[in-house]
Parts: sequence; structure tokens; C-alpha cells
Amino acid sequence: MATEVDPDGPQHDDAPVTTSKKFRSDRTLVAEAVTINRPSRELYDFWRDTANLAGFMENIASIEPIDEVRSRWTVKAPAGREVSWEAVITNEVPGEQITWQSAEGADVANSGRIEFRDAGARGTVVRAVIAYDPPAGLVGQLIAKLFQREPRIQTRRDLRRFKQLMETGEIATAARTKAQLEKDNG
Amino acid sequence: MRALTWHGKHDVRVDTVDDPEILNPRDAIIKITATAICGSDLHLYDGYIPTMQKGDILGHEFMGEVVETGSRSTLQRGQKVVVPFTIACGSCYHCGKHQYSACDNGNPAENQDIGRELYGQPMSGLFGYSHLTGGYAGGQAEYVRVPFSDVGPIVIPEHIEDEKVLFLSDILPTGWMAAENAEIEPGDTVAVWGCGPVGLFAVQSAFLLGASRVIAIDHFPRRLELAKRFGAETINFEESKTYEALMEMTGGIGPDAVIDAVGLEAHGFFVDNVIDQIKASTFMGTDRTHSIRQAIVACRKGGRVSMPAVYGGVVDKFPLGAFMEKGLTLKTGQTHVQHYMPALLNAIVEGKIDTTFLISHTLPLEQAPEGYKMFHDNQNEVTKVVLKPDLAVAAQ
Ligand SMILES: NC(=O)c1ccc[n+]([C@@H]2O[C@H](COP(=O)([O-])OP(=O)(O)OC[C@H]3O[C@@H](n4cnc5c(N)ncnc54)[C@H](O)[C@@H]3O)[C@@H](O)[C@H]2O)c1
Ligand SMILES: [Zn+2]
Ligand SMILES: [Zn+2]
Repeated sequence: MATEVDPDGPQHDDAPVTTSKKFRSDRTLVAEAVTINRPSRELYDFWRDTANLAGFMENIASIEPIDEVRSRWTVKAPAGREVSWEAVITNEVPGEQITWQSAEGADVANSGRIEFRDAGARGTVVRAVIAYDPPAGLVGQLIAKLFQREPRIQTRRDLRRFKQLMETGEIATAARTKAQLEKDNG
Repeated sequence: MRALTWHGKHDVRVDTVDDPEILNPRDAIIKITATAICGSDLHLYDGYIPTMQKGDILGHEFMGEVVETGSRSTLQRGQKVVVPFTIACGSCYHCGKHQYSACDNGNPAENQDIGRELYGQPMSGLFGYSHLTGGYAGGQAEYVRVPFSDVGPIVIPEHIEDEKVLFLSDILPTGWMAAENAEIEPGDTVAVWGCGPVGLFAVQSAFLLGASRVIAIDHFPRRLELAKRFGAETINFEESKTYEALMEMTGGIGPDAVIDAVGLEAHGFFVDNVIDQIKASTFMGTDRTHSIRQAIVACRKGGRVSMPAVYGGVVDKFPLGAFMEKGLTLKTGQTHVQHYMPALLNAIVEGKIDTTFLISHTLPLEQAPEGYKMFHDNQNEVTKVVLKPDLAVAAQ
């Protein structure tokens, strides 16, 4: 018999909390890390310029800056629909981290943090931690499905594309023709 | 353009498809002048490699002329280039260490998930080799799009014939890296399983790297004959008992280093092989690994195992005990082609290495399906098939 684990009990090791086996399935918290062979400040500055994000994030239709800390995110949904919300940067430490939260009334309340940690000769460890509330109702379910296209996989792919762009100046594609590339990019 | 496409097990066809275009700043478009069929292509042909899709263009050994360049390509139109089969960015951590086949960025982000699931971390992109390694169109075609063209392709002096340099794309560096991974010391005896192109180049390289003796193992007389030409002693495993022969030939010690250049489709009626084969054909999916098992058992205590041969999945009855008890070292991997190309090109230009002996057949691209069938069915005679898009189809 396996011993019963208390989901709210203390943690005894140094592993990230997002990898805990005690994790409850109703909590949606994902984290992914990637190491990028560039200085942390360069990566931070690129990420902080919200207009750059749609360039490497899959599924994003647009991100329009509203002011210094607020922006409107529009995400592609199935059947040609779009979902949109306002994101607010709640804390920023230049060169180190950016924390954001969706503004009141978002269809999918979400919050997160992107960290940039200097990794010496290897560059910078970039870690994204994202939490969101599973929405209620029919529309909510649809949106959840969209978000849940494995939020972890989605985050991982976005970080990989960010890495490709910063390390190589372009995003790798196996497409052969422009038409194929457009189709792949939806 | 015309291109060799995969449609299923033992079903490849030459189809008309859209021409490739420049999509990224570092891209170049190459007009193919020569391309070869590789032992690795046979694994695709035999349906052993997962994530293939109908219509995929094959081919990862190719060269040609630069016809179009992106804004950040360093190539120029009209240049003659050989392209490495590994797609590497040149700027990530692994590329910095010249571990090009481990490049972080050569594989599109959405194709990296499978590799992570299967192997723990995704591998680099490869041309024409399933979606596990990117889903890139290969070079058995009239044209190919080459990403990171400022890092991969090597420019060849105009006067050198294609046949002399084509194998820089894969099998020559692969044979060389196999010998390098065997960490040969003066006086060593090296045994090589498989006398296909990779094994034959490994034999040649092992001597160049200082081996006193090389023992080559296969069952095709013609291939063994080629190994002999380089000075290897031979064992035909259909006529002689490989392990017993090796032990006697090395005075009971075993070879100092062993090289498996066979791979996941080892031939022969061996008990372990037959079990593997039954499992593979019933999709219980283990690789056929007779050669690597035998190599480990034959290797001397404290010796080195080099494994250029390709394996894709998991393995049963791996002699882990022999490996541990004898304190062996194993080195392997997809070849870091970009790392080896410049020095090997020099060796070719200086006449120290000749690769043309290998080519047994040259066919027009249009006859590529025939080339696959020949290479698959008659390995004794057919040592290497080169395809040329410009060659006229012979009257039947
Ligand atoms: N590491 C890399 O980057 C890399 C690159 C190219 C090829 N490869 C791999 O190297 C391997 C060899 O490639 P190739 O083009 O020379 O292939 P090939 O099929 O032409 O040659 C394989 C040879 O092994 C022989 N053989 C089969 N079973 C044997 C056994 N039990 N004992 C001894 N010999 C046996 C065959 O008769 C054949 O001559 C393949 O697995 C290929 O995928 C690896
Ligand atoms: Zn090859
Ligand atoms: Zn790289």
C-alpha cells in the first residue's frame, strides 16, 4: 500500500513545486524552463516589449499595448472565433522578472510570471509559470479547451520559439513553400 | 519539381511537387546535382521509423548549386556546395561545442514534443528523415530548401567532381566519427560489424587513426572484398563463427575497440535476432540488435564500443552485465557532420581519402524507386546508389 499523501502537507525536497506529485488536478499551474544562449537583459528587454510577443507565441492573433503596463490579448479560438482579455503587469524587475495578471472580467482569469536567471556561460534560464482558473459555463468550456490544448505543451513550444528567435534570429520551419508556412501558422 | 516521395513500406515514387521557396533569412535553395541513397533510408523504406507521412520527400545525402539565397545566407549563387544531413543553427550551446546533431534549434518547436517524449530531449532537425527530426523535405529532388545555409553547407572548389565529395554529407564523416569514437591507440585491433558504406569508411578511418589491425565482419563477399582492399582482415559470419574467430585472431584478448556499423536491421539467423524480428513485425517494437550485442560480448575488458549504427527505440536482452563487468565505454550519436567536413574535404583534395570506390550504380532521379529496390534487394552488388536529376533516363 502506498502511503497516503497529504496534498497540503509540507514539501521535503528541492524540486520545483510545479513538479509535485501531490498536485491537485483542479489547480491549473504550469511551469516550463528553457536555457537561452543570450544575456538576461537582452531577453528581458525583448519580452518586455509586448509588441514582440505575438511574433513567437502560437495561437495569438494580436497583442495591443494600451499603456505602459496594460495590453489587450486576442487569441484565436476554434471556428474562426476570437477570445480577448486585458493583461496587466503587476510587478517587474528589469533583467529578472515580469509578473502579470488578467484584469477583472476576463473569460479565463490568468496570471503568471516570467523569470530570467543568469546562467553564466550558458546564457540565461527563462522560466514561465502560468496559473489560470478553469472557466465555467459552455463558452467557458470552449475556451478552456482552447487554453488546454495542453497549456504545458503550448508554453513549452512558445519558449522554444522564443529561444530560436533570440539565438538564431529566426523561427525554424520545415515548410517548403510560403503557402505551406502560412497554413502551418494558421 | 520532381522529387522522390515516401508512400509506405516499400513504396516510394517520383512525384511532381511544388518547388521550395526561401522562407527564412538564413535559407538557401540548392539545385541538386547529385544525391545518394543511404542505409538509413532503407530503415524508412522498410517502415521501421515512426512519424513518416505520405508524400514526405526523402534524401539526406546531397549536393548541388546555390540558386537562391535569403538575406542572411553567406552563400552566393552559382557556388557548388555539399550539405550536411544534420540541420544545425551554429549559435546554441550544443553547436558551440560542435555537437551539431544535438542542436537545440534545428527542429521546429512543434516537432520537438515527440523527441522529448521518446528520448528525454528533442534532437536536431535532419533532412528527409521523418517528423521526429523535423519533417524537413529531403534532397532526392530537383531542388531543396536549406535552412541555416550560413552554417551547414561547405563550398567545394569548382574543378572537383561530385562523386569525390558527395559523401561528405553523411557517410564519410560518420565513418570517421565512428573511428574517432573508438579512441584508437597505436597497436590496437579494431573490429567493425557491417561493411556497408559506413563500415567501409570506418575501416579506412581506423587505419588512418593508427589502428594496427582492422577486422571487418559482414556476409556479402563483395562488400568484404572492398574492406580487404583497405587492408582489413575479414570474417564472413555465414561461413565462420564471429566470436570464436575474433577471440582466436586476437590471441584470446578480444578486439580493443569494436564498431557497430550495422544498425537496427541486423541480418542473420541468430536466436536473439529472430525474436526481435518477430516482435518488430508484430509491432511489439524492439530494435533488432544482434550486432551490438555481439560486439559488446567480443570487446576486450576495458575496451571501447563505438556505435554509429542507428537505433530508434528500446531493446531487449541488452548484455548490460557484460558491459558493466568488463568496464566498457560506449560512444555513439548522429554524426556532427559540420565539425568534420572541412578537414575531410582537405583530405579528399589532397588525395588522402578516396570515396569513389563505393559507388556501384548511378541512376537518373526518375529511376530512384528502382535504386531503392536494388539497394534493398541486392546488397552484395549494390554498395551505393547515386541519383542525378540531370541524367537522361536510359532507354529500357
Ligand atoms: N550515426 C549516424 O549519423 C549515421 C549516419 C549514416 C548512417 N548511419 C547508420 O549506419 C548503419 C550502416 O549504414 P550503411 O549505409 O553502411 O548501411 P548498409 O545497410 O549499406 O550496411 C549494413 C551492412 O551490415 C551488414 N550486416 C547485417 N547484419 C550483420 C551482422 N549481424 N553482422 C555483421 N554485419 C551485418 C549488412 O550485410 C550490410 O552490408 C545504418 O544503421 C545507418 O542507419 C548512421
Ligand atoms: Zn545517410
Ligand atoms: Zn544549434
